[in-house]
Order: sequence, then structure tokens, then C-alpha cells
Amino acid sequence: MEFERIEGADRGRIVLYALSTCQWCRRTKELLSELGVAFSYIYVDLLEEDEMKGVIDDVTKYNPRGSFPVIRIGDKVIVGFHEEEIREALA
Amino acid sequence: MKKLPDVSEDEISARAARLQDEAEHSGYHLNPDVSVTRHLVRGLIANEKRYGYQACPCRCAGGRKEDDLDIICPCNYRDPDLAEYGACYCALYVSDRIAGGLAEAAPIPERRPPGSERSESIYRQENAVPSALPYPVLRCPVCGYLCARDAPPEHCPICHAMGERFRKLF
Repeated sequence: MEFERIEGADRGRIVLYALSTCQWCRRTKELLSELGVAFSYIYVDLLEEDEMKGVIDDVTKYNPRGSFPVIRIGDKVIVGFHEEEIREALA
Repeated sequence: MKKLPDVSEDEISARAARLQDEAEHSGYHLNPDVSVTRHLVRGLIANEKRYGYQACPCRCAGGRKEDDLDIICPCNYRDPDLAEYGACYCALYVSDRIAGGLAEAAPIPERRPPGSERSESIYRQENAVPSALPYPVLRCPVCGYLCARDAPPEHCPICHAMGERFRKLF
């Protein structure tokens, strides 16, 4: 799967599932970059159909509603751009 | 990996201006944060180019219009979200308070039902017509606008057709 990797401080596995057109996803990505942590992200809307299905199935496991962004910080899952929650999880 | 269709700054400006006019004319407001609004408008235009309809930029469209009718902007959830949270899900549309700079749009929960529960709640059509109504329902023959009142408005508020053209629907 084509995750993009952003280099930064190692805080364990951080994965962002995002949509390329979504402003909350954009702000989540900006926040992670601003915090200087290493993370991987994927723009689900830009995947080929068969690949997209697999990733959406994964996302639905973490977030049954299937909304974006979904942020996995270790075992923790945050749904939506909840700045305080993200900052706390990375504090 | 696919590429998002190109959208020029001019296209964004033109669409944002049109949406702004339409919103203000109908008593709605676009998000006053121009960076947010332009990002969302870019997404709307890109979605129109890749899917053929302007799906909400903050939701994952499937590319089949009949499955996404509820998330074509303005989505089915905009008005309930404006009433409850002061902004729609993507925050393109905001309340008077947020438009006036008295509050900021914050992320809100997704109101759209998950895929497995969607068909019944969204696509069901009401077939039964109630037998008794407190007001007659009047229909504009030009644009289909409906209103429940004793007499039609002087002009249709949507398409400005003369009120005397309205007919009672039930």
C-alpha cells in the first residue's frame, strides 16, 4: 500500500488515513508536521478502486462510521481533527 | 495512486464567489476563513471533475451518484448540523455567529449513517399522503418549490414566478 512517510521524531507508529480534499484532514496533517513526529499517511480518495476497498475496510475497523480523518497513534484511535486529543496522545 | 484533477486559482475564485452569492441570498454563510473555504471549493470542483458531481470534500465518495446523492453539496446533513453545531460537516457553511467572527467552526461528529444503514434511512420515499393537513401544500409549477400556507407568496422565493401560477398539490 502506498503510504507516504514524513520523517520526524520517533513516537511509535503513527498513521493518518485522510482524504486529499478534506480540510480537517489537511489540518490534522499540518498538526502532526508541526509537532515534528514521524508519521505515515495515505490519501484514500486517490487510491485505485481495488486498493481503496481494502483500505476502507481497515478504516472501518478503527472507525465503524467510516469518516475521515482517522489517526492511529500506537493502539489509540482518534477520529476527526481533535487537536487537544492528538496533542495529548503525543505529549 | 491517482492524481487529483487540476483546479486553477481562477476556477476556485469564480466558484467561491458564486457560492458566496447564492449562500447569502438564501440566508446561509460560507466559512469566513478564506483558506478553509478555498481548500473546500477546490475539493468540490475536483470532485465534480473526477466523479461528475460535487461530493462533499470531507467525505469519501464512491463515484456512483445514486449512492452519494445525500453528500452532494449542499448535503442532506447541512441544515441539521448548522442548527446543532453552527457549521456543516466540512465547515464550508457556518452559522451567523461563526460568520460574524463570534465563534470558530470546530470538527463535528459525522451525521451520515454508515454504509450498511444508509439505504433505508436516506433513499426511502414517502408514498402515503396524509389525509388531513393544517395547511394546503402549494406548488410552484416552474421550479417545484412547495410551501404550506393558505395562499401562495406574491412571487416564488426560489425562481420568482408569479404567485398566481402556484397550484395546490394536496
